[in-house]
Amino acid sequence: MNAMTRSPPPARPEAEFTVTAPVGLGDVAKPLPFIEKIFENAAVRRGLILIGLALVWEIYGRWLDSPLTFPTFLDTMTALKEGIASGVIPKRMAVTLETLIIGYAIGLVIAALLTTVAVTSRVGTDLLSTFTAMFNPLPAIALLPLALLWFGLGRPSLVFVIVHSVLWAVALNMHSGFLSVSETQRMAGRTFGLKGLRFVLGILIPAAFPAILAGLKIGWAFAWRTLIAAELVFGVSSGQGGLGWYIFENRNTLDTAAVFAGLLSVMAVGLLVEAVIFRIIEARTVRRWGMQRG
Amino acid sequence: MSQVTANSPLVRVEGVTLQYKTPDHLVTATYRVSFDIHQGERVVLLGPSGCGKSTILKAIAGFMPPVEGRITLKDQVIASPGPDRMMVFQEFDQLLPWKTVRANVAYPMLVNGVSRDEADSRACEALAKVNLSKFIDAYPHMLSGGMKQRVAIARAMAMRPDVLLMDEPYAALDALTRRKMQEELLQLWDDIGFTLVFVTHSIEEAIVVGSRVVVLSPHPGQVRAELNCDHLGFAERESPEFGRLAGRISAMLFDDHAVAH
Repeated sequence: MNAMTRSPPPARPEAEFTVTAPVGLGDVAKPLPFIEKIFENAAVRRGLILIGLALVWEIYGRWLDSPLTFPTFLDTMTALKEGIASGVIPKRMAVTLETLIIGYAIGLVIAALLTTVAVTSRVGTDLLSTFTAMFNPLPAIALLPLALLWFGLGRPSLVFVIVHSVLWAVALNMHSGFLSVSETQRMAGRTFGLKGLRFVLGILIPAAFPAILAGLKIGWAFAWRTLIAAELVFGVSSGQGGLGWYIFENRNTLDTAAVFAGLLSVMAVGLLVEAVIFRIIEARTVRRWGMQRG
Repeated sequence: MSQVTANSPLVRVEGVTLQYKTPDHLVTATYRVSFDIHQGERVVLLGPSGCGKSTILKAIAGFMPPVEGRITLKDQVIASPGPDRMMVFQEFDQLLPWKTVRANVAYPMLVNGVSRDEADSRACEALAKVNLSKFIDAYPHMLSGGMKQRVAIARAMAMRPDVLLMDEPYAALDALTRRKMQEELLQLWDDIGFTLVFVTHSIEEAIVVGSRVVVLSPHPGQVRAELNCDHLGFAERESPEFGRLAGRISAMLFDDHAVAH
């Protein structure tokens, strides 16, 4: 202790007050000025960046003046417009998406089965952990030569690599999602009399939905990138190529503007699914339920 | 309910020994515990941590088969969890976050074959009883802890269970809310008259909430005493009798504690 002597606090009288509503503070909430509000909008800010990028691209393209290696922004847009108008890009996109959806769906079904086995038995758990540990680090594209050997040139090979790219990511997330469902929620479900499949559908799947959704997103991202890459490598099957083939084909004919248009289409689909479709699903589910912060 | 007369107990816990496994040990939570619960009673299981009070409640709920002895409800041996023994937990996450308040309360009824209309009206009625009519369309994450516990109570009551099991339901609440919730629970009991088994480690809460207190000693849990306190409530909290009973229970728990070490 220090050497200072401590004096007791002064004795003070008690007091009681009545509380009243506050007066004269003005509006509780005031709207922001218009310009400030516009810049608060992320879409507007990002749109401005895109416009800036397009400008830089156009200027650099004109300065370089080499349409074979680097077409200008406007040339690319023209090629894109022509590709869409002639129906080639939509057709190629449809082929790609169809292959993707088939592979994605098969991957999900197998993942769901594998996870169900994993949560119901210890052997299943060990099986799933071993499989995911082995196959998850293996890039799907590395299986392409084998797929070609097994399934030949065509859609089945593509579907095979997509299933591989979706399956492990989704199964891993689903399984860890199920494991992290709280004991209280499990017990609550069981006191309601839920058992077996009804318990899985009524409690486990919705409770694990944030993890499942994360798995679906990762699975989608893997599948999309894998598919475009696989199409680039051996693209065409029975005269029906996808977007990857469109890019490859136009490179062969040295139509670089169309190559750029193909790349932009790939980006557009990826963006649409990742930033729009999954966002909407998130907003309607995990964010509304307060299971994930917005 | 017909075969249970005023004299025969609704729930019988007879010589129940409960054990559970941790990664390293086989833990004996309770040793030959016996007590009865009659229709309309508010039985409180009271004891320090490690006396197995929550484990007994889980066994009555049907989550844990006894290694010795048996638990019966209306003379039927309890084998698995079921909607005739609804449980209110301590944790706030017992509500399903993907359902609105109303849907949370209606869900157990729908699972058990009550029609949608009836489940809905019973849910609204139960939520009105716990003063949450304004929040029926909110999601659980928008509610405070006390409100979540009220929803859980409404969910359990709407099922009209034979026994309502509550596992330290107010332990995670602040003192003011807890007091309010205890009063509301007793009010609800006055209105409806259900059978309650309530677990707590607070002596005061036990005396206020319970009509009969089962005092348990720790390591492993055994019944130390069964005491009546139906006549002691909030109004008597400052009375000498309340203080005497609290002192008596405290002495029991403290003595056992001394023996255990």
